[in-house]
Amino acid sequence: MLDKAIIGGSRKYWTWIAFLLTLAGIGTINYIRQFQYGLGLTGLSRDVTWGFYIAQFTFLVGVAASAVMLVIPYYLHNFKKYGKIVILGEFLAVSAVTMCILFIFVDLGQPMRVMNVVLHPTPGSVMFWDMVVLSGYLTLNIVIGWTTLGAERKGVPAPKWVKPLIYLSIPWAVSIHTVTAFLYAGVPGRHLWLTAIMAARFLASAFAAGPALLIILSMIVRKVSKFDPGKDAIQALGKTVAYAMSANVFFFLLEVFTAFYSGIPSHQHSLVYLFSGLDGHAKLVPWMWSAAILAFFSLFMLIYPGLREKENLLSIACVTVFISTWIDKGMGLVVGGFIPNMFERVTEYSTTLPEVLITIGIWAIGFLVLTILYKVAIAVREEEIA
Amino acid sequence: MSMDRRDFLKIIGLSTVAGGIGGAGLLELRKGTAEASSAPHGRNKGSGSTLAMVIDVRKLESPDQYKRCIDACHKAHNVPDFGNPKDEIKWIWTDDFEHTFPGAGHEYVAEEVEKKQFLLLCNQCEKPACVRVCPTQATFKRASDGIVMMDYHRCIGCRFCMAACPFGARSFNWRDPRTAPNLQNPANLNPKFPTRMKGVVEKCNFCAERLREGLEPACVEACKDTKAIVFGNLDDPKSEVREMLRTHYTIQRKPELGTNPRLFYVIGG
Repeated sequence: MLDKAIIGGSRKYWTWIAFLLTLAGIGTINYIRQFQYGLGLTGLSRDVTWGFYIAQFTFLVGVAASAVMLVIPYYLHNFKKYGKIVILGEFLAVSAVTMCILFIFVDLGQPMRVMNVVLHPTPGSVMFWDMVVLSGYLTLNIVIGWTTLGAERKGVPAPKWVKPLIYLSIPWAVSIHTVTAFLYAGVPGRHLWLTAIMAARFLASAFAAGPALLIILSMIVRKVSKFDPGKDAIQALGKTVAYAMSANVFFFLLEVFTAFYSGIPSHQHSLVYLFSGLDGHAKLVPWMWSAAILAFFSLFMLIYPGLREKENLLSIACVTVFISTWIDKGMGLVVGGFIPNMFERVTEYSTTLPEVLITIGIWAIGFLVLTILYKVAIAVREEEIA
Repeated sequence: MSMDRRDFLKIIGLSTVAGGIGGAGLLELRKGTAEASSAPHGRNKGSGSTLAMVIDVRKLESPDQYKRCIDACHKAHNVPDFGNPKDEIKWIWTDDFEHTFPGAGHEYVAEEVEKKQFLLLCNQCEKPACVRVCPTQATFKRASDGIVMMDYHRCIGCRFCMAACPFGARSFNWRDPRTAPNLQNPANLNPKFPTRMKGVVEKCNFCAERLREGLEPACVEACKDTKAIVFGNLDDPKSEVREMLRTHYTIQRKPELGTNPRLFYVIGG
């Protein structure tokens, strides 16, 4: 079936592939530099030890988990309109988890020792479990997506053994994001992270950002191919984004309430740093206000049905949701947790060029995987139409 | 078949326990104050001892005295110095009251305390968050004396321990430490302690390598004349640390987090 990624590609398709390969190549060259010099090539320091890479990782785990927003309605509630689109969600999950794994890999100081996590399994470590759930989720989505699409191509029903795997993928999707939230919510002394609602916030922002991206991707797919995921499916997904984004913003405001009404300074410091600056340091302030404004703007667009039902407006809303959650859950959450540091001093962080190029390279690899998988799925669908 | 570092350390630990003397026991023995029956009571069941440190900051008066401790440690452990905060690696350093004990101060803190510098190092917690989060057990708590140690050969450099440590005690080798200017002169190198490689985390190890030879930690030795740092077995009621804790009001950094630091400060009175 993979042959369909090569056969019948248009000129545009190959240009796109070449473009992604170029970005991936630039990223790889910069990664080799980082591999030789060390992580000092990034903007990280003793005080801010995780940055842009882990921000992308955290955000993308959410995108990966969001496939479940299609799987649940389609397989549990027999919502037929998702029949065509569910494969796009599963393949998006494959691409997102691939990026997650790459972002963890490039963040390691000793990447050649990565298998130590398997050699010395440590059930007490959340990171060990994160590895387990992420690799499991990747496998599940590859197997499920490939098998169902293969069956569809042959015009036969999917084999029976896939069903239990599909059901398993539902709690598994929740688990990847819960475990990722536990990376943060379980460490003492970092007040921005030490919150019981962290996993819930992660799931809410995931179910907003993931389906938002899926809507945009569906619109692109419709434009570049004969395969139409369907207006109704896109509209239904739009409602999911509306609910999830509302929950996401609501959960964030809960954090703000607890920090400021309780009056406990240590609970406020990170939020103050993020939104108005602390001790004269305010690098993330413009980013965070952009995220906040975009979040409310997107809610306005999504909640009012008259706006959401117009597809071009829905696409704008989805782009704003995506950017807003990317800032908030990426840099805001990860870097904000490190500021102020354990001595209540402020050391800021900004990315370096190699760090950004490596990051772009990984996104390019993710989109390459996505493009290839979508090309196969689209080709199968176009055969059916023809 | 060669044994790995972990096994080696285990054997060292077990043999000291079997001998009835932990790392600190060695010290006490050297001073002729050891109790043959210095059995642990309650905590750390079945182990030899729990090493702890009391820093009497009243006795450290000049910046020079702090510097002696810091230099002794950093020299003993070949700690690289790149001369910039971004690559900074430190095992022991100083900070003021407000930043050493965040949340513990108020606006009317005695001037003497407010202006004082405090020695900071790994707290050697009884329940270390760094050990809990490490995905490879590259950082671990030694059973024989409770020292939180690093296996530089196993660490994958994920830095989860640095995110988890509430005391900012850990440093990461952002670049090859062997290229640090201060380590270029062979005269500055301590051949008895390994240099590290890039991409691994490091921190204070309570001088486990010196304890093995019956020596005191480098910082304790460096300010010996001031008697400012007392080091010994917390499980031995007759030890000097227990005597200090009994007779002085001591505080810990962030005790509310439940990690049970094994580092205590006498700050006044």
